[in-house]
Amino acid sequence: MNLFYLVAFLSIFFSLLVIFSKNPVHSVLYLIVTFFTFTIHYILLNAQFLAIVNFIVYMGAIMVLFLFVLMLLNLNEETEPLKPTLLKVMGVVAGMCLLVTLAGSLKALSVSEPVVLQNANLGLVKNLGKVLFNQFLLPFEISSLLLLSAMVGAVLLAKKEA
Amino acid sequence: MEIAFVLEKFVFITVIFALSLVVAMYSTLAERKIAAFLQDRVGPNRAGPGGMFQPLADGVKMFLKEEIIPTQSSKFLFIAGPSLAILTACIGSAVIPWGQDVVLFGKTIALQATDINVGILYIFGVVSLGVYGVMIGGWASNNKFSLMGAIRAASQNISYEIPMGLSIIALLLLTNSLSLKDIAEQQHGFNWNVFYQPLGFLIFLICSFAETNRTPFDLPECETELVGGYHTEYSSMKLGFYLFAEYINMFVSSAVMATLYFGGYNYPGMDFVNSLIGPTWGPLLGMGVLFLKIFAFIFFFMWVRWTIPRFRYDQLMNLGWKVLIPLAIANIVLTGVVIALVNKF
Repeated sequence: MNLFYLVAFLSIFFSLLVIFSKNPVHSVLYLIVTFFTFTIHYILLNAQFLAIVNFIVYMGAIMVLFLFVLMLLNLNEETEPLKPTLLKVMGVVAGMCLLVTLAGSLKALSVSEPVVLQNANLGLVKNLGKVLFNQFLLPFEISSLLLLSAMVGAVLLAKKEA
Repeated sequence: MEIAFVLEKFVFITVIFALSLVVAMYSTLAERKIAAFLQDRVGPNRAGPGGMFQPLADGVKMFLKEEIIPTQSSKFLFIAGPSLAILTACIGSAVIPWGQDVVLFGKTIALQATDINVGILYIFGVVSLGVYGVMIGGWASNNKFSLMGAIRAASQNISYEIPMGLSIIALLLLTNSLSLKDIAEQQHGFNWNVFYQPLGFLIFLICSFAETNRTPFDLPECETELVGGYHTEYSSMKLGFYLFAEYINMFVSSAVMATLYFGGYNYPGMDFVNSLIGPTWGPLLGMGVLFLKIFAFIFFFMWVRWTIPRFRYDQLMNLGWKVLIPLAIANIVLTGVVIALVNKF
């Protein structure tokens, strides 16, 4: 339990650093560390497969692309254009609105019934695969189609530019 | 019991760690000796008998060189880059089964640091993490050539991870397990996976060349175009870490290839030999066989480096996306169809 609180603290700490760091590349690096703490959360929950997939897909692939793009853009504090005052004011107003909404929803919050896990080893590959390919076969196939169409769309967009 | 277990694992991991460092160290000498052999030269032969102490001399040189951190660089990340590179190189060997359970001093010891049931995916994750060392170092140097090298490394690694993963999927259809220990056990004797997955092995081999940034895929450090690539600004031991990480990566990927496709610690007639020399020396002999296979792969890596010229960058991308990925998908389909037919009849 103590380990959970430590890791949870680290997750929140690094995700705050993502927002507060001035350099976008540093932001992405903090985001990578945040994802790594998520991986530790999954391992603590005995969901090894999810942990390692989170590790490979988010840390190993998606964040590499983020970093890739940001490094190519070469954003610096000097090259960053100064935003007009109106935009800043609008940003503050929007942020406050979000804060009020969040605080309001937090007030309406009640403790939910804890979900009792039927099988403690559900997160292992074998069990996950069985559940995924028996009980949730249709959603699984549909989401794979969705991903495929997104891929085709991305390729199409890239072709149009060239 | 608990303390004994921790102590046993600690000693084992230390031994494996030291072994991989020593192998990587002597790979640098082997590389130069093999280069010399292929180019009809003598190679390094001054330090010690036949140049045996050359890696030590190189190490001392690296340590004693002046350490330069560019003034315009991001200092923390500049140091973090090579550290990350060597870290990801070293943790890869944690899930590799080095041999069957060995009986030492009346105790049965597993020759594997940990047998997690997502072993292959762990290796895959570590490989995909490896690119960060190069990227962070290249970016933190604040040098155009370094950045170009880092970006080449990133796009190359991402591109070749896909066919690598797909070739592993075809293998997993056969093995039904993600645990490297299970996969090694299934290849008992001479039942090696390479006979069932020749195409998958070829794709995996090519991809591991690309993932370790070895020639013909060493465009991230292409000296004719990019000075030194991502480590242009590096000096002293930080440069040493980058170069060393490459050799450790080579060692680990050779071990993975030997385990996945070439039977790991299995060899023909191992049952007979094991019954002859007992449960202590049998598994250790198996470990020796695995190391022989690893050395053969390392030799192959070096042989290719000094034989085949470097690709052009568009050729590299074409090979990855237009040749290897379709081949790997075809391999999956083929494997699936064959397995379904075999199961049916």
